[in-house]
Amino acid sequence: MMRLSRLRVSFALVCASFLSSAPFAAGDEIPLADRKSGSQFMSRQTQDIENDDTSNPAMLWVLDGEALWNKPTGADNKACSSCHQDAATTMRGVAARYPAFDEKSSKVVNLEQRINLCRTDRQKASPLAYESRDLLALTAYLARQSKGMPIEAKDDSRIKPFRAEGEKLYSERLGQLNLSCAQCHTDNWGQKLGGSLLPQAHPTAYPLYRLEWQTVGSLQRRLRNCMIGVRAEPYAYGDQELVNLELYLMWRARGMPMEAPGVRP
Amino acid sequence: MARALVNVPAKAKRGEIIEIKALISHPMESGFRVGTNGKIIQRDIVQTFTCTYNGEEVFKARYSPAIAANPFISFSTRATDSGEIVLTWRGDNGFEAVETKQITVE
Repeated sequence: MMRLSRLRVSFALVCASFLSSAPFAAGDEIPLADRKSGSQFMSRQTQDIENDDTSNPAMLWVLDGEALWNKPTGADNKACSSCHQDAATTMRGVAARYPAFDEKSSKVVNLEQRINLCRTDRQKASPLAYESRDLLALTAYLARQSKGMPIEAKDDSRIKPFRAEGEKLYSERLGQLNLSCAQCHTDNWGQKLGGSLLPQAHPTAYPLYRLEWQTVGSLQRRLRNCMIGVRAEPYAYGDQELVNLELYLMWRARGMPMEAPGVRP
Repeated sequence: MARALVNVPAKAKRGEIIEIKALISHPMESGFRVGTNGKIIQRDIVQTFTCTYNGEEVFKARYSPAIAANPFISFSTRATDSGEIVLTWRGDNGFEAVETKQITVE
């Protein structure tokens, strides 16, 4: 309890310092050339963990994902590879263009939801739970196939309303602390929040291994974390609001190279 | 068996110092945390790591509950002869994982 109240005080102090030293006027997006991936805010040591495949613990999930990709499942006894063959060629660049529009539901879906749609519609298998080891493993395996590729800026008129919703949520004040995503990640990136550096919130490396979590987690887990941080009630996993926010963040990071699966402190 | 990522150079010159890197999937549950039911979560850690080179032990480590999940280890040894490098992790609840790599020394 004592720790909590101390946190609240430091949070209030940080918020106060925001008002005096914002590098940008509120509402201005970060110029494209000034964008930095979260990995550029990390220590050299953490960067080294991410860049070496033997030390990057998320690679354990990638290996699990590769095994799942080739493992037949469901009523039709089909593996992902039965239709999509070798992921290294067929899945190259896919993660860099998700979330994407799904014709059938007329909604934007993220990569996890696409995997589960494939499972239920094509493999006749049960959907995997959000943040389950198997779903994270498959997502990490797919994301890995796009490593180094630029995040695609989709010019699809059907996704625009979803992106607009995401943008609105990004700049909307939330929770008891009454903070929006933009106030930290657009207006005050590079400054400290408590002891940590505020990154620009570009989702270039998801799903990623967070040392704090001691495991791999999805972008939605991270978004829910931030919402709990500002004392708001987080949206549930898979809620359209979170997918819209993912879509907006990917658009905000358009052109930046994918580095999934990443490592973050 | 637990998934592991091991990096041993496939080739080395005789007398060269080589680096061996290994990462293993393990929860490393410390035994000090309390679960949602208010009870202590039982300890589940890797206790020992050993590396043998053609049957001879060249490196050994004892792990403690303070080590993070999915422990990574890196160490070096001298390449003497071609042969087998065997990495073994042993831990609580009968945990055992073995990885074998071949090395050619010229």
